[in-house]
Amino acid sequence: MRSPFRPSRPPDPAILDDHRRLIRLIERRGILRGGLSLGMLAMLTGCDVTSQPGVENALRRVSSWNDRVQAALFDPKHLAPTYPKSMILKPPKFNAYYDITEVKPVDAQTWKLELAGLISDKRPWTAERLLALPETEMVIKHICVEGWDYIGGWSGPTLRTFLERVGADLSAKYVAFTTADDYPSSIDMATALHPQTLLATKYAGEPLADPFGFPLRLRMATKLGYKNPKWITAIEVTNRYPGGYWENLGENWFAGI
Amino acid sequence: MRSKKHISSSPPRLHPLPVRLMHWTNAVAMIIMIMSGWGIYDDYVIINGLHFSEDFRLGSWAAPSLLWHFAGMWLLALNGLAYLVYGTVTGRLRQRMLPIRLPEVVQTVRDTLHFKIEHDDLTVYNAVQKLLYIVVILAGISQVVTGLLIWKPIQFSSGVALLGGFQAVRIEHFIGMTVIVGFLLVHVALSLLVPRTLWAMLSGGPRLHVKEKAS
Repeated sequence: MRSPFRPSRPPDPAILDDHRRLIRLIERRGILRGGLSLGMLAMLTGCDVTSQPGVENALRRVSSWNDRVQAALFDPKHLAPTYPKSMILKPPKFNAYYDITEVKPVDAQTWKLELAGLISDKRPWTAERLLALPETEMVIKHICVEGWDYIGGWSGPTLRTFLERVGADLSAKYVAFTTADDYPSSIDMATALHPQTLLATKYAGEPLADPFGFPLRLRMATKLGYKNPKWITAIEVTNRYPGGYWENLGENWFAGI
Repeated sequence: MRSKKHISSSPPRLHPLPVRLMHWTNAVAMIIMIMSGWGIYDDYVIINGLHFSEDFRLGSWAAPSLLWHFAGMWLLALNGLAYLVYGTVTGRLRQRMLPIRLPEVVQTVRDTLHFKIEHDDLTVYNAVQKLLYIVVILAGISQVVTGLLIWKPIQFSSGVALLGGFQAVRIEHFIGMTVIVGFLLVHVALSLLVPRTLWAMLSGGPRLHVKEKAS
């Protein structure tokens, strides 16, 4: 059967000559368009551009530059919003690089907090001595790099109080943490001295539960969740960049919010 | 009498070189931001069940996606700022985008729905074009603002409170992306339908009509 779209008489080939210039143009455009879509396709094929070492290095250099920008944006006097105690989520959300069932509780009887680096009094601390320090309580938002958040209530001495007590060099660049769950972490000194940076021993007025870092963890109102190590076993004050668990895998180091 | 200078310099093209450079820089920056954004989004979705395929994500997991996003933001913001400054100083933004008259918008929409898309004169934007360009420029500015608030919700806590809280700002950032992606689909489809426009953004396009001044 004849297609209804086909003309009964073939067109006069002479019209092609009349429009030769136009046809050439169309072809040129086709090549141009083809080239563009080829470029787009290369981006879309999931041939992962990030994994090439040169690109990865360049991106990490920008991330280090962003650390400096964030340090400049950080206002040591600006306080994070706080919330009424009634809004505290109980229990808090668990998050780690492993599942909650794999948490290995720390024995408070044998636990000690070791000190290292630019600190004048490096004698280890017991849980009992830490609990005797003046306590601060804050009800703040925990914001995860993934995008979720919840309100938590934390108490314990401020890190500033502790660093002053042990005679740390407060002009040093970094405070680094070692933990019982092999989760090294580090922060800048300006954030370490912020009034809403706590060495937390309690949640919602109760001693920390095992999955949330008993007996000692860091809680900062001004950094993303992954910057807050749990089950801290050692604190070091240093000028050498210490890195961290996620940071070494490519997450941003400053991670200020 | 025309001055000698007036005769020797031909009228400017529709898209002067700086505009073309900024347009394609923006195209690259937008694609980086959208595709890396989809990589970040996937860790904590806003719409249940909506995931972006790995083929459309920039970065093999969240950390590289974040690296891309926070590198691309400089390209997007600096290029966008340069464009707004250029457009304001040269008066181009006002000349090309304004005025928009509602009856013209209605008429153009009606014509488009009847497949009467006319692009005889590339140098004149129709009312819908103007409106879409303004909307996408505003969406771009909004993305920079909401992006900054998501990045620094504590440092800029009053800004976050003003826009309804951290999760609300995340949703606003997501909506901004949706608007831009929607624009992008229409924009690319139309430029392929009327390829002269695409060619114009590469070569500069036709020279603008010079209005003869009454002497």
